[in-house]
Amino acid sequence: MSARTVLTGSDIDRTLRRIAHEIVEAVPATEKLVLLGIPTRGAVLSSRLATLIGSISGTPVPHGVLDVTMYRDDLQRGGLRSPVATVVPEKGIDDSVCVLVDDVLFSGRTVRAALDALTAIGRPTAVKLAVLVDRGHRELPIRADHVGKNLPSALGERVTVRLMETDGVEEVQVVT
Amino acid sequence: MKHLLSAGELSRDDAVSVLDAAQEFSHVANRSVPKLPALRGVTMVNLFFEDSTRTRLSFEAAAKRLSADVMTFQVQGSSVSKGESLKDTAQTVEAMGADIIVMRHFSSGAAHRLAHSGWVESAIINAGDGTHEHPTQALLDAATIREKVVGPARGSDLAGLHVAIVGDIAHSRVARSNVLLLNTLGARVTVVGPPELLPSGVEGWPVTISSDLDSVIDENPNAIMMLRIQKERIKGDFQPASGDYVRNYSLTKDRANRLADDAIVMHPGPMNRGVEIASEVADSPRSVILDQVRNGVAVRMAVLFQVWGREK
Repeated sequence: MSARTVLTGSDIDRTLRRIAHEIVEAVPATEKLVLLGIPTRGAVLSSRLATLIGSISGTPVPHGVLDVTMYRDDLQRGGLRSPVATVVPEKGIDDSVCVLVDDVLFSGRTVRAALDALTAIGRPTAVKLAVLVDRGHRELPIRADHVGKNLPSALGERVTVRLMETDGVEEVQVVT
Repeated sequence: MKHLLSAGELSRDDAVSVLDAAQEFSHVANRSVPKLPALRGVTMVNLFFEDSTRTRLSFEAAAKRLSADVMTFQVQGSSVSKGESLKDTAQTVEAMGADIIVMRHFSSGAAHRLAHSGWVESAIINAGDGTHEHPTQALLDAATIREKVVGPARGSDLAGLHVAIVGDIAHSRVARSNVLLLNTLGARVTVVGPPELLPSGVEGWPVTISSDLDSVIDENPNAIMMLRIQKERIKGDFQPASGDYVRNYSLTKDRANRLADDAIVMHPGPMNRGVEIASEVADSPRSVILDQVRNGVAVRMAVLFQVWGREK
């Protein structure tokens, strides 16, 4: 098993800044933005993006956490999953432009579950998707609006994202 | 877990994971759409050989919040008196499409028998078997104690807490399941009741035994759980509603006032106001009886999810 680092800490930081600028460019009405991160690392990324966008636009951006566990279509595979907390920003998500944030976009099934989970908490006017890494191999017709890095990978490879807040280090690796 | 038959079979980590999941599920009730799709296409059958309204409704609410289909089979003496066996009844229910069977039965050990007989494939949840066990009640009590006394921290158990269980211990499956689970979660338990209402063999339980409610109250328990006198199960001369019982074992206003300020009062219901608990106490701010009911739905959601969500 060998691991190859594809993004270092400073790469991740630069990439997130770029995505933050892209989001502001795509949604100039930043007061309508709500960021929802998908646990675990998507939630960390969404909180960082909210800070970055806030400092670019000058208005604070509400952000929260969207647990998609109960909406997955693979609950009986791969061991018992446990729900974690969903945190909806105080003003809710109705009529917002909601940006879903995740670390890795792969089959698209997590995002499919997230779209379902959203319908239970409100109705945004638009939903967008931002991911740090898109590794391909989609199984559903889903694509991201904002991608940190496109990372062509073999199906058998593993892409691991590690962030300071959750893992104590900051890097993206491809493990073969 | 494949089945939930006894509170004693849960490890500390199993139990804490049910409490953690229940804590998240409890927020679902406040959403604009209080429903999760996790058990879509799964059929839960309430198979009740004994009367129960609250447990049956609670399981029904839990299953519906997880989008499962619910069927209720109330064996109102009819099939039993016609001589249909547990095997035939359970197989009938499964042939109608049950994936999960929630069973209440008047015989101790019935759930265990059904789960291990090979008669059915369904996951079995024990919703009370005779005077034996009622594991989801113990889990919802633990969830309530954790919520009210320990706080919302995920992953925490009940280490260091002291819980008093008072009343008809002998006929109470709630007491038995609670003793097992509270011990697993690290709490110290005292059972209190007149000697006639303590079960034989209680000396072997991992508890302190007392017949003096007043001195137990002076030990400042964190939670005090009042049990109903199960008149229907009591044989012989004992008169539970007598003045003696109320005088010695009822949680009166005076006794409740002597509890620590943050101590909670619990009751699994249905209550006999004025017998084991005074009406003012049941309605007082330290009473968490309705929180127990609310947590019951969330805990049962967690249990349904875990028996079904196991790896196929």
